[in-house]
Amino acid sequence: MIEFTTWDIIRNLLLATRWTVLLSLVSFVGGGTAGLLLLFLRISKRKALRGFARYYIELFQGTPLLMQLFIAFFGLGLFGIDVPAWLAAGLALILWTASFLAEIWRGCVEAVAKGQWEASASLGMGRFQQMRYIILPQALKVAIPPTVGFSVQVVKGTALTSIIGFVELSKAGTVVTNATFQPFTIYGLVALIYFALCWPLSKSSQILERKLNVAHRNH
Amino acid sequence: MSYHFEFSWLLQYYPQILKGILITLELIAIGGVLGISLGIICAWTRALGPAWLKPVVAGYVELIRNTPFLIQLFFIFFGLPSLGLQLDELTAANIAMVVNLGAYSCEIIRAGIQATPRGQFEAGASLAMTPFETFRHVVLVPSLQRIWPALSSQVVIVMLGSSVVSQIAAEDLTFAANFIQSRTFRAFEAYIVSTAIYLVLAILLRQVLGILGRVIFPGRLAR
Amino acid sequence: MSLIEITEVRKSFGSTEVLKGINLDVEPGEVIAIIGKSGSGKSTLLRCINGLETINNGSISVAGAQFIDDELHLKALRLKVGMIFQQFNLFPHLTVGGNVILSQTVVKKTPRPEAETMARKMLERVGLGHKFDAYPDELSGGQQQRVAIARALAMQPIALLCDEITSALDPELVSEVLAVVRELATEGMTLLMVTHEMKFARDVCSRVVFMHQGRVHEIGPPEGVFANPKTPELRQFLGVH
Repeated sequence: MIEFTTWDIIRNLLLATRWTVLLSLVSFVGGGTAGLLLLFLRISKRKALRGFARYYIELFQGTPLLMQLFIAFFGLGLFGIDVPAWLAAGLALILWTASFLAEIWRGCVEAVAKGQWEASASLGMGRFQQMRYIILPQALKVAIPPTVGFSVQVVKGTALTSIIGFVELSKAGTVVTNATFQPFTIYGLVALIYFALCWPLSKSSQILERKLNVAHRNH
Repeated sequence: MSYHFEFSWLLQYYPQILKGILITLELIAIGGVLGISLGIICAWTRALGPAWLKPVVAGYVELIRNTPFLIQLFFIFFGLPSLGLQLDELTAANIAMVVNLGAYSCEIIRAGIQATPRGQFEAGASLAMTPFETFRHVVLVPSLQRIWPALSSQVVIVMLGSSVVSQIAAEDLTFAANFIQSRTFRAFEAYIVSTAIYLVLAILLRQVLGILGRVIFPGRLAR
Repeated sequence: MSLIEITEVRKSFGSTEVLKGINLDVEPGEVIAIIGKSGSGKSTLLRCINGLETINNGSISVAGAQFIDDELHLKALRLKVGMIFQQFNLFPHLTVGGNVILSQTVVKKTPRPEAETMARKMLERVGLGHKFDAYPDELSGGQQQRVAIARALAMQPIALLCDEITSALDPELVSEVLAVVRELATEGMTLLMVTHEMKFARDVCSRVVFMHQGRVHEIGPPEGVFANPKTPELRQFLGVH
């Protein structure tokens, strides 16, 4: 058996962390794009589109992310699509992230005063123009803190992809544990690395939130 | 490409599924009650407790909220035995859920306490109550009522998150799904069925928590 | 043909009928004050003319453009009538200039330099040319409302709807806004205003509409309506016995 030095362990974990970071970024950016689309459906004037978005959000928020990963990984495979772990992981995380971001952002859009819709309508703007020039710029400000806050959930969500065999930080933790039999140290280290990734995001979300509240009070 | 759905295995394996559902429900029942209790204690500590304890609780809350539940679970189940603390799967899963929900509900309840009108504390003090008595009798219940919807959502999230306890072989609903797929090779069907069950459980849990909220907090909030 | 033709307009919210068959024709250059108790339907009528509320029955046309509830017709209608709101509804994320420029460039596709010239001109007109680069929250309520008027005017509407535009203002700020409206009236702008400023209505308006329980209860030139109210409801509203 190969002897692992502490440095070997840390190096292995940090190398795997790259994949956690990459998967988080892909999921967040992809989920944000899909979430924006979903947001437009959710607040559309067409009942069918609104309904679709509502059920989509209900479905993805009402079922375990792990199940979504399993279905993407095993399920699609049965239809003859060969799904590698990274693809299933990315796909499931993007769809899952989209459902949460769309709902967070809907709250922000609804927080914009009704008079803003009316004033822009009375100036002849169409629905898209209202969104583009009046509503979204105002909603964006309110949306930043909770969006940054949710990114923490995305980073933590990537840990589940280890279960379908995607080699990121959690999977590396398990692999190294199996080789070294030091679960206490290694899962402790893994937790610390996740903490180092997530805590700055949590903290900046809190700070942004506080800044926004102060700005609001000054109005 | 055509694929034939096959659900006949349901007949044979429904006892496993039922057992899985029961374990998932048991986990969220214990985790919910003890987790929220822990959350109340922590929220009290952070708001009004002894100064030396505040950073300890803050550290616990931040640590839990910024690490994945899966790793917390592995740490408790695989890591703690090396300290001589041997736990069976279900106990480890229960502890992990209590610890996890405790941290989240602490933050949620604390927000509820902070939103309490100043006058409520002053009214309690003016009636010669100690800070703890004021907290216990005047502040706590309206605070919980204020954040009950947020707390309910968190309980549902933790219930759905509990599906990872299958990874330490706690025999919950996900474990049942994995077991069935390994026996029948009907992965898609097994996971679709269990996902649908989770969805129903989530919707029911939300309903139950809503009713529970109306029963525990019949009054209106003071402004 | 009148500029604004309102024919048998009915509007319900749920089971309560707020407008019970309104008929009103407005000629070009007329200044009309709509008065009445809260809940009489006066604001709703104004919002219907601008398409902010859909009507259940009857018809509204402005300079021949029919009110039809789709985006194209609504846009055509709204290009003809501007609206000023009680709460100003300026866009807080844009400067004063930006507020006046935006809809010109976005809706009418006016090139930016032209839109800016127009914005400066309209802001001059309401006496706020120097506030071009300020943000709405740096202005007083009266100034914000004047910006809102400039914003509507920049779209070159043929009529303006004013929905209690001085009700949210501190008393000392009311007159600066009314002065702007008075000037618009003398320049020949067609105005429909819901207002509580009876003195202003008497001085400036060509006709006064008294609404009561969703109907036009009394209508006529201000001298007649104010000096010689015919119905007991209007007498009670005006406080004359």
